[in-house]
Amino acid sequence: MKDIPIYPPNEPPVTLDIALDHGLNEEEFQKICGYLKRIPTYTELGIYSVMWSEHCSYKNSILELKKLPRNGGRLLVSAGEENAGLVKVNDSVAIAFKIESHNHPSAVEPYQGAATGVGGILRDIFTMGAKPIANLVSLRFGRPDNSRNRYLIDGVTRGIADYGNCMGVPTVAGEVTFDDAYQTNPIVNAMTVGVVENKNIISATSKGVGNWVFYIGNKTGRDGIHGATFASDELGEDANLKRPNVQVGDPFTEKLLLEAVRELSQQGLLVGLQDMGAAGLSCSTSEMSARGKCGMVIDLDLVPTRETKMTPYEIMLSESQERMLAVCTPQNAEKLKNICEKWGVLCVKIGEVVDDTNLRIYYQKQLVANIPANSLVLGGGAPQYQRNALIPQEIIQKRNEPIFPDLFPSNTECFLTLIAEPNIASKRWIFSQFDHTVIANTVKKPLEADAAVIRIDGTNIGISVKTDCNPFFVELDPYWGTAIAVAEAALNVACTGAVPCAITNCLNFGNPYKPTSFYYFKESVKGMGDACRILETPVSGGNVSFYNESTDGSILPTPTIGMLGILDELDTVIGCDAKRNSKLFLIGAETKLDLGGSTLLRLIQKRNFGKIPTIDLELHKKLLTFLEMHIKNKQILSAHDCSDGGLAICIAEMAIAGNCGVQINHHFSDRLLWFSETPSRVVISIEEKNIPIVQKTSIELGLLSIELGNCVGDRIIIEDWLNISVKECAEIFEKSLINALGEN
Amino acid sequence: MKRVGVVLFPGTNCEVETLRAYQIQDRFNAELIWHNEPLPKGFDLIILPGGWSYGDTLRAGAIARFSRVMEGVVEFSKQGGLVLGICNGFQILTEAGLLPGALARNSKLRFRCETVFCKVEHCNSPFVRSLQGKIYPLPIAHGEGRFVADDKTLERLEANGQIALRYCNNRGMATPESNPNGSLRNIAGIVNREGNVFGLMPHPERRNDPLVGGTEGADLLYNWVMHL
Repeated sequence: MKDIPIYPPNEPPVTLDIALDHGLNEEEFQKICGYLKRIPTYTELGIYSVMWSEHCSYKNSILELKKLPRNGGRLLVSAGEENAGLVKVNDSVAIAFKIESHNHPSAVEPYQGAATGVGGILRDIFTMGAKPIANLVSLRFGRPDNSRNRYLIDGVTRGIADYGNCMGVPTVAGEVTFDDAYQTNPIVNAMTVGVVENKNIISATSKGVGNWVFYIGNKTGRDGIHGATFASDELGEDANLKRPNVQVGDPFTEKLLLEAVRELSQQGLLVGLQDMGAAGLSCSTSEMSARGKCGMVIDLDLVPTRETKMTPYEIMLSESQERMLAVCTPQNAEKLKNICEKWGVLCVKIGEVVDDTNLRIYYQKQLVANIPANSLVLGGGAPQYQRNALIPQEIIQKRNEPIFPDLFPSNTECFLTLIAEPNIASKRWIFSQFDHTVIANTVKKPLEADAAVIRIDGTNIGISVKTDCNPFFVELDPYWGTAIAVAEAALNVACTGAVPCAITNCLNFGNPYKPTSFYYFKESVKGMGDACRILETPVSGGNVSFYNESTDGSILPTPTIGMLGILDELDTVIGCDAKRNSKLFLIGAETKLDLGGSTLLRLIQKRNFGKIPTIDLELHKKLLTFLEMHIKNKQILSAHDCSDGGLAICIAEMAIAGNCGVQINHHFSDRLLWFSETPSRVVISIEEKNIPIVQKTSIELGLLSIELGNCVGDRIIIEDWLNISVKECAEIFEKSLINALGEN
Repeated sequence: MKRVGVVLFPGTNCEVETLRAYQIQDRFNAELIWHNEPLPKGFDLIILPGGWSYGDTLRAGAIARFSRVMEGVVEFSKQGGLVLGICNGFQILTEAGLLPGALARNSKLRFRCETVFCKVEHCNSPFVRSLQGKIYPLPIAHGEGRFVADDKTLERLEANGQIALRYCNNRGMATPESNPNGSLRNIAGIVNREGNVFGLMPHPERRNDPLVGGTEGADLLYNWVMHL
């Protein structure tokens, strides 16, 4: 009976009640007993509970996610196969990129929550052998004029800054939204992009019977136990009591880990490597074994701990940061240890790969867990559920509510209100706390272009990256709102001259067990899939964050899209700054009176309602082609997509970025069209001589082209209703968030 | 051919762009120097690059000064060898006593990454000789860059012409508004009495490429070659 683990006397015997306390349901408990053919030990139950938590198992989302286009194009692996998506750049290098959420930890401990969010996603990327070259952040908070929100904004910003800056990875782009719906449950999504030589890619797998299993990195403590389970529940009244569940970050150790892993990958010393993130040792041992269809024996007495008397349960569930699990051949073990020692990184052999398919955990020489690895993981034995979706009545009501144009003040007032709105105004206060110039490959920094552009070191190839989501559209129509998010992210990247080629996504939603909440998720994934298919930007991977609810209710559904584009020749890159003495043209879809869900409507009427704009994705694809072609041929000097706040704001942002006046003579049939948020529109700045060619291709592609006016002088002049100096407008744009935060 | 050594401490993160700045064929030979070994001989310039050496535990640069390579760097500088400390390197130089003063937390207690203007002062060091009066836009990225020293030291720095760079506006005026971190007298960079050790908070190596912002950092990176 050597295969039956002992039940340590100091651990409680497992009952259904204990399983329920672990967030498992009765059916799941029975399933576990079935896989093991007995009652699990307490440690085994702990392992199952974290591995089958929403966070690790995707049990309520995977059936929908499988409907996404998850391969093709430049993708080198299908979504979910590895720690992050891999996109081919050319025959020698690839880009690894992924986005992840750290919402709940950031809600209760903003500094460490955000810091470890950045640390976790960085590890996902460099575990693959890639060198991280850019971070992006997508943040959503309550309004900045409230003291609790200021505390969260400040803590999250510092957390991202201290971790990312220390790692020497530039944080180059992202987005920030403020709305009451994020008051208690802010959204902190971090994305990392890395570059890897194809020959150095490391897989997250374990294979080769007799190979050794190494523990690399920080010691294990009691921090973060049940972090994954915490992430898989709503934030209750007692959320603050969960602060001990939040991990503590140590970017210096991670930096050393990064250097050590880079060296290991370049020398090809590893069979496999996986980060110990959510569910720590449980997740890395089981996922690697399941991928390689191998077993693994682990001796917990060898795991370096930083606290005394840690139980096997605690060691297996700890989410202490900056740790990794490596598999290598006994022959390479010495070299591996030497490299780790060089960088001052702890490296200990804790186990071996064995010829069955079970995960066997020993503690004080006794077997405490013996689990078929495959039964723990997504795609293996982890449960998968089809949840019910039901359209909420209130969205139907909100969509059908009429918008009365008479309620809007004059255009001048609308404009001045919009430019001062923190959701539109400059986020420089946040982004200037992030080092975005380190490594000196940042070709387009925040506010210089619609997407950040980073050079791949030693080449003339650039990548263009952006995160995007307008949650106000998604709230009113998750299908089209998400399709628009994909489209806008693609347009942002295209506005720099890059070809959009793949996305990653971070799906932040409410409780999937509530059918009205699941409706948003399901529709959103459908909209994303359809948009990605038409725009030919397959989904390389991503992350689902459910349960973003608190006692105040659910957040706005927020499917953040992280878009990757590639620029084959960096010399053609352009920004979003108006160029003096050029002409401004509006290109794309016809501007309709799309005020439903718009920024202006929310500001004036203090609520989000109405019908959101429709998007013709085929036409949108043509707009992307238009930009690609003319930017490559150097016929466009700058480009800026027309989105939040509409055309008037788009023009003002270009004027501010270029520090150049604009004289706009175009006249709209309806004055509010200046603030409409119709998608698939871009304003370009071109030289006079290129007008005919640009107009010609617009017609050929079925895009509207409208001459707006000239870039001259130092004032922003629109028809007869706006005449403001660029300097004054820039001051409002720059100061508004700082003022709202009460900073100086 | 000038030989340039860039010291790599654990936590250094600006070595790539610093090396790149001196990878110019027929002019420089640039290589990394490991922190845990004695300083090799034969260098024309030693650079302590930016980053978070040893995690900037205690204070920025406080641990790095005790590393093995620093014994050699101190010795090298005493013999008149050129030493350049950028950002974290500047912090290490003050901690090691090779430059006076200290770099404290920024006045607003926040990390700042932006482009600022700096003006070259009257300073007789090979690093900035003949550049007096030039105004450069330069990137900064630091949380602990506020230069502080007692009044006597400041007066001595002024009198000896040891202040190499000051934060200024685009017209070269060292105004309070143009000072990004609250440094005393807008000081962005100083040299030692002999002029062979130069520490500055801005990153000239990050503005040395037309594709990445501009080339205005070049003078500060290469001027010493003409005055060796």
